[in-house]
This record gives sequence, structure tokens and C-alpha cells, in this order.
Amino acid sequence: MRHKIGFGAALATSALLLTACSGGTTEESSSPSPSETETAIDASGVELTVWVDENREPAVAAAAETFMDETGATVTLVQKNFEDIRADFLAQVPTGEGPDITIGAHDWLGALIEGGVVNTVDLGDNAASFAQVGVDAMSYDGQLYGMPYALEAIALVQNTDLVGSDAPATWDDMIQMGVDAGAERPFCINTNGETGDGYTMYPFQTSFGAPVFVQEGGSYTSEVGMGGEAGTAFAQFLADNGEAGAGYLSTTIDYDTNNQLFNSGECAFTVQGPWALGSYTDVNFTVNPVPSAGGEAASPFVGVQGFYVSSQSANALLANIFLTDYIATPEAMQALYDADPRLPAFEGVSTESAAYPDAIAGFQASAEQGVPMPSIPEMGSVWDFWNAAESAIIKGADPASTWDKMVTDLTAALAG
Amino acid sequence: MSTETSTQVQKPEAPARNWRGLGWGFLVKLLLMMLVNALGVAAIMAAWNVEQWTILAVSVVFLIAADWVYFAKRTLPLKYIFPGLVFLLIFQVFTMGYTAYVATTNYGAGHNVNMQQAVDAALIQDERRVDGSPSYPLSVVKDGDTLGMAVVIDDVVQVGSEDQPLAPVDGGVADGAGRPTEVPGWEVVTVNDLLSDPELAQSVTDLRVPVSDEADDGSLRTRDGSSASIYRSSLVWDPETTTLTNTDTGVVYTPDEYGTFVGTDGSSLPVGFYVNIGFENFVKAVTDEDYAGPLLKITAWTFAFAFLTVATSFLLGLLFALIFNDDRIKGKKVLRTLFILPYAFPAFMSALLWRGMLNPEFGIINEWFFFGANINWLGDPWLAKFSILFVNLWLSYPYWFLVCTGALQSLPGETTEAAKIDGAGRWRMFRSITFPLLMVSTAPLAIASFAFNFNNFTIIYMLTNGGPRFADASVPLGHTDILISAIYQISGIAGGRADYGLASALSIVVFVVVGIVSAIAFRQTRKLEEIQ
Repeated sequence: MRHKIGFGAALATSALLLTACSGGTTEESSSPSPSETETAIDASGVELTVWVDENREPAVAAAAETFMDETGATVTLVQKNFEDIRADFLAQVPTGEGPDITIGAHDWLGALIEGGVVNTVDLGDNAASFAQVGVDAMSYDGQLYGMPYALEAIALVQNTDLVGSDAPATWDDMIQMGVDAGAERPFCINTNGETGDGYTMYPFQTSFGAPVFVQEGGSYTSEVGMGGEAGTAFAQFLADNGEAGAGYLSTTIDYDTNNQLFNSGECAFTVQGPWALGSYTDVNFTVNPVPSAGGEAASPFVGVQGFYVSSQSANALLANIFLTDYIATPEAMQALYDADPRLPAFEGVSTESAAYPDAIAGFQASAEQGVPMPSIPEMGSVWDFWNAAESAIIKGADPASTWDKMVTDLTAALAG
Repeated sequence: MSTETSTQVQKPEAPARNWRGLGWGFLVKLLLMMLVNALGVAAIMAAWNVEQWTILAVSVVFLIAADWVYFAKRTLPLKYIFPGLVFLLIFQVFTMGYTAYVATTNYGAGHNVNMQQAVDAALIQDERRVDGSPSYPLSVVKDGDTLGMAVVIDDVVQVGSEDQPLAPVDGGVADGAGRPTEVPGWEVVTVNDLLSDPELAQSVTDLRVPVSDEADDGSLRTRDGSSASIYRSSLVWDPETTTLTNTDTGVVYTPDEYGTFVGTDGSSLPVGFYVNIGFENFVKAVTDEDYAGPLLKITAWTFAFAFLTVATSFLLGLLFALIFNDDRIKGKKVLRTLFILPYAFPAFMSALLWRGMLNPEFGIINEWFFFGANINWLGDPWLAKFSILFVNLWLSYPYWFLVCTGALQSLPGETTEAAKIDGAGRWRMFRSITFPLLMVSTAPLAIASFAFNFNNFTIIYMLTNGGPRFADASVPLGHTDILISAIYQISGIAGGRADYGLASALSIVVFVVVGIVSAIAFRQTRKLEEIQ
């Protein structure tokens, strides 16, 4: 009861962990430099600090290795929990202890801007190679604040031995396919246990036409869009299929349980992201877009991951060179993909190297019908109310009144 | 006796007689103090380098104090308590003082930086690349201390500096890529030179070269030292009046008392800075109507949780300690070791495991002990409370088992023997002798344990995360939230919209509550000692 374990960030300057990636190929692609700088740049003594998470650390280390070889500068990679980076970046940049560059998700952007900790970036010579959806997500009020490198979206994962590889068109089709196949559970979905998971459920919600915020010309307003008839219809859907109804949705299932159920063949269908594929070693599966439950297109949230530069960086020049000349290159982007396969946001990255190239194609199809996750600073409180309401309805609370109360509370919380 | 000796000997060199050389003790002290001084000077120099004046001043004071304490003659008591005092000041007093300071500010989301940093960020966010501006190959040039930029526009080499707008220069030469290589009157700075000199690099990053006399046309700016584009900013900072003015719209942004830049048209800038707001956080902590009802329930549950946890785990631990203290039991050592196991696991891991085991559908608790019944242990308000108490009991009774075993073994044998001779039965002996004596040594630990459990964030966060939610409240709090987890929720640290000021204020309120409860309890335990 008195044991405390620091499971915080472990420092790793792991350049040594990796065999250097072939330096020659990267040189060709670095930006046209003046002839006199073709001789080795000597930036020795200058140190860049980059925060990365465990998964992408090897890939960034490879890019950093080339950079260090060519410039003599030192790149210190600090490995952190991805979940911790946002709060730590906000807290440490103003003290001068923050990194020059950090990896991050686009939905942090509102908070980072409000906190005054993030600088604007340019994409450099390869700007045209970036996927527009990634660039849009990393922009806020018309300004670009981060260099996108990967997209992610959830999709329908189906057990091909049970239900084949044809994509079901609607929720009812999907359930029918699952029931016909004799699966113990036609469909399971992660509700994060009792907490609720509005993120994973979002494609079904959008298929009822109830987006989290009202959209105007592609960007979100701060007006909650989940209310009204469409929202109530979705709430009714949750109740009908919840624990008091058909039982396909259940708050007993969290992320690990869900993976376990699908991997053991008990579930015919589930909704998950590419990060979960590693858990599905015992079953054959394929990935398709999420079927519609309410008639409209089922749009998942698209998340974008990228690199941010600190507004207080003392080495902004070098940090920008690192990003534009050593990260925004086909080789570095490929290395990032190989290290941690997420949908690339950079043209020309081959997805063949992934463990599941076909699955990646399925996720890509899903992302294409997706919508960007809002990056307004208030998203934190949105999840709080939203998840809890979904969880309550699945457990059997009255759908219409619970949902309406959530919309009212949320609107009040956003206003105050 | 000493006076006798001195009168007998009557030597004037009396001090010399006491001189026994420096001695090993002094040498060791000297070495240790050299280490302390070396560390102190290193800390001072490090503080100097990063311009942390407060830390520098504190280090200097501590170092001088340390040298004075250990080399002066009259500071014997201080020699013993000085290290403890330093730790007390750094780790307790400073932390509390800093929390109190944060509680009087609005530090948090949107007020994350100081005023200068907020202005910097606002200017950064405002400066935009001019639509369609190409990226020009750039040569950074200098003339003495003046930095400039040279680019080729319309096939002519043009050069300018911060004060001089871009203008064509005669005799400029550019290479095939369109990058100026020779600019008469200016010295070309290579990218190499730029990168090896961080200060120069910083000035180049900050350099803006106007493209014309018209400020509206924007200025050249480089991010990488080898290419430049035209950027334009509309905000102007006036340090005298501390206002930001938008030159396009004429709106003047003035900071209000909360550190937000509010414009004359009622709009505000996204980035603000932290300011002192006095006791507003404390007022908000106790007067917010949305929170009043839930917080009352949460306070009651916090007391119940802390008290019941200590009571149940103490009683169970005591019971097992009594049983396993009996001489007739074989293999006591092995059994005792096994008893300690739950205590040896990290609490957050155990809580996660229990969360899985209590899962109504897949958990083994329902499956093994309740014939597969669908009992929602963590989803029902009362069952969730029971589950938390049960899991915490499982986690903490080994601690009490350990403490009580130790206390039992140190009980004076003669007292119990005397009671036996007087004909006291087992129960009577336990009630009148063993238990009261046990309480003398364990009551302070029970109070400490109460204070610990009062703020036992881990078990709540890992087991239920405060859930199930209050269905009737408009705030994201739940039936099993205790004050500290409620603070975590209210202050928005979980959602990334943190209000550290409010969180600090609430923590201080909780600190005061725990302090008062503990003080009263310690007073009560004094009565126990009278028994002895």
C-alpha cells in the first residue's frame, strides 16, 4: 500500500541501439544546399532534444543518426509515454526545460496553441507530398503548426473464417452475417469497460447524422451537434443493442477483453484501429469500412500524428532543418512507417513492408470516409460527458433523457 | 578537577597542550565539506548558466550556511540538525509554499506561460506566410554586426536588413540554383557558420527583412537559413502600454485581470498568461453550485472510505496476527511470508487485476463464487463502494498483520503472566491487557494510515476511476470518487484542460482537513499512553 513505482519517462539516447540506416540515400534527398555546405556542416556542440514515444523511437533515431553524421549536431531522443507528452510539453516548454521538437497528435493542437507552447512550421521542399487531410488537421485557424506523418482511423475487422471477407453494408447485415456464421457473438466493441468509449462508437453515431460538433465548411464550430432527433435515434440504437436490449454492446468489454474475444474466434466482427492488429495472431481477418447503422455514411474519427516545434526552442533553425531535410524525406517517412505501421501521410510511402498490407488498405478506405477529430482545447471535457452517457445508456439508462442531459451539460460546460 | 590540574602544572602554553593535531575526524570532515562545496559551487554555476536567480540565491545561502555551521565552534547542535533542516526546507516547506502560490494564480490551460511568452506566442501565431509566396533560395549576409538577407528576385540579386527594405544590389552574383554567392558590401554567411553558432542562428531566425517600404507587403523570413519566404504579421506589441494592436483591423488587445488579451471589439486572443487572482480559487472551490451537492457526498464517502479501510484492515490484520502468534502453529515463518504477498505487489497492479476479476461477465469472481451470476460489482453505486473497500482490505491487511505481529511480540510477558495468575480468561486478557497495550503502539500508525487512505488516489483511479457516475449531477464525478480523485477530475488534468490553480487550492483545503482530523486523533491517542 505504500509502494510507488515511477513508471514515467525513461531516458534513452538510443542512437547506438540501431545500426545506422544507409546514409547515402538520405543525402541525395536533402534539400539543395549551397555548394560550400556540401562539405560537412559543423554544428557540433549544438544539441536538439526530441521527445518520442516508444514505438517511433527507432525510426526517429535512424533519421537523427543521419542528421548527426551530416551536421555534427547532437540529437537527444527522450522516450516518453505518448499519453504524457501533451501535459509535459505544456508544462515544460515555458520553463525552458522542454524539447525542441516533440511527436504528438493533432487533437492536442488547440491546447498547445492556447498554452502558447507551439511554433509554426513550414513543410519545406517536399510540402506537396503531404496528404492534404494531414496538413489540414495540423493547421489551426489557417496556420500550420505541425508536420504530419501518419493518419489513423478505426475500421471494421472481421473474422474471414466465420463471415468471409465481404463487407457488410449495414449494421443489420453485419449482425445477420455473424448470427448465420454461428459465432458466439456476432459483434463486439470496446466500451473501455464502465468508462464508455465515444471514439470507437463514433462511426455508428455519424451514421445517424449526429456529429460531435456542427461542421461548417469542413471545420468544426463549437456548437454541440449531437442533440436533436439524430442524437436521440443514436441513443435509442445504443439502448436497443445494449445490455437491456440485444446485448451486442456491453460495458463489460474493455480493450484487452475485446481483443481476446476476437482473437479467440468468439466474435465475428469488431471495430478497432491498426494498433490492435498485433493481438489478432490466431485468426484470419480482413479490414473493411464500418457499416452504417443509421443510414448515413459511418465516418470514424481520423487522427493525425506529427511533429511539433517548441515556441521556446533556442535552436529553431536547426530544428526546422531536422524536420524539413531529415524527416520530410521519402526515406525517413518510410522508416517511420516500417517502425510503427500507421497510415502514412506522405506520398510514396510503400505499405508493403507492414505485417498486414491488406489490412492497411482497409484502414485507408475507412479513413477516406472519416472526419478529422476536433482539435479544440475543450475536447477533454467533451469525452468526459460523452463517454459516460454512452456507458450509462448501454447499461440500461433511459436513452433519450440521458442523452439530452449529456448534451445540455456539455453545452453548459463548454460555455462556462 | 581540571582547575586543579592547571594550577598544578601552571604552564602558560595551556592551549598547546590541548592541541592534538588535526586528526582523522577533521580530515574526513574537510573532505566531506570539500565535496559539499564542490556540489554547491556546481549548482550555483548551473543556476547562473540557466539564469535561475532564485535557485542561485538559495544555493549560495545554503552553501554559506553549511560552511559556517560545520567550521564554526559554537554551532554544535546545528551540526546535527542542519542536513535535516535543509531537506525540510527544500522538500516540505518549498513544496507547500509553491502549492500555496499556485493556488493564488490562474495557472492552467490558456494561462500556461508568463506575459512575455504569451506575447511571443501570439506574435508567432499571427505571422502568416503570404499566399503564393515562393520559397527563395537564400544567402544570409552580414556587414559588421548588421545581419541581412540576399535573394534573387526578378533575376536581380536583392539585399536588405532589418532596417533597410530589400533593394537590388549592383554586381551581385548568384549560382545556378538562384542563390546569391557574392553580394558587394556584404559578407556571405554560410549555412555552416550559421549552424555552428547558435546565437547567430537565433538572430537569423528572428530576422525579418521588409520587402518594401510598405509594411503591408510583408517581410522575408527564413526558418532553415537556406531559403526564405515572405511573411506578414498584423499584430504589433507595445511593451509600454502592454497592448497588442492589430494593424489590419485596428483592434487593440489589452490584458484583463485574468491575463487574457481582450480586444476592443470584445474578441480575445487564444493565448493568455498566468496572473495572481488572490483567493478566487478558494472561493470557487467552496461556492460553485454545480459541485456543492456532489462534493458533499464525496466528502462523506471519503471519510467513510478512509475510516472503514483502516478499521477493517486493522481488525483483520490483528485477528490473523493473534492466531499466527500462537506457539502451536507450525511453519509460522512461511505462512507469515505468504501473508505479506498482497502488500508486496504494487497497489496499482493489484487494483487493475481486481478490476478484471470483478468484471461481471468475464471476471472469475462471478464465475467461481457466484455461479456465473451477472453481478455488476463496479457498476452499482453500493457494490462499487463495497468492492473498493474489499480490494483495499485485501491490499492493506498484511500491513496490519505485520505491525500487530511485531507489537504482540514486544508485549511484556510479565503482565500477561500476572493476569493469568489472577485468573483472567483469554477474552478478558485480550480486552484488558493485550488490546490496550497494542493500541499504544499502533494508534499513531492507524492515524497515519487514515491520512494516507484519505488521499488514496491509486486504488480509486485504477479500480473504478470514480464511477459509476452520479446520474443526477451535471459534473463528471461519480459515487466512488474521493476528494483527491474529484480534485483530479474537477481541475481537468485528466482531460488535458488543466486548472492547476484550482487544483492547488482544493489540495490545500484537503490538506487542512486531513491535518485537523489527524491533530484531533493524535490528541486522543495520548489518553491511551496513560495506560502504560
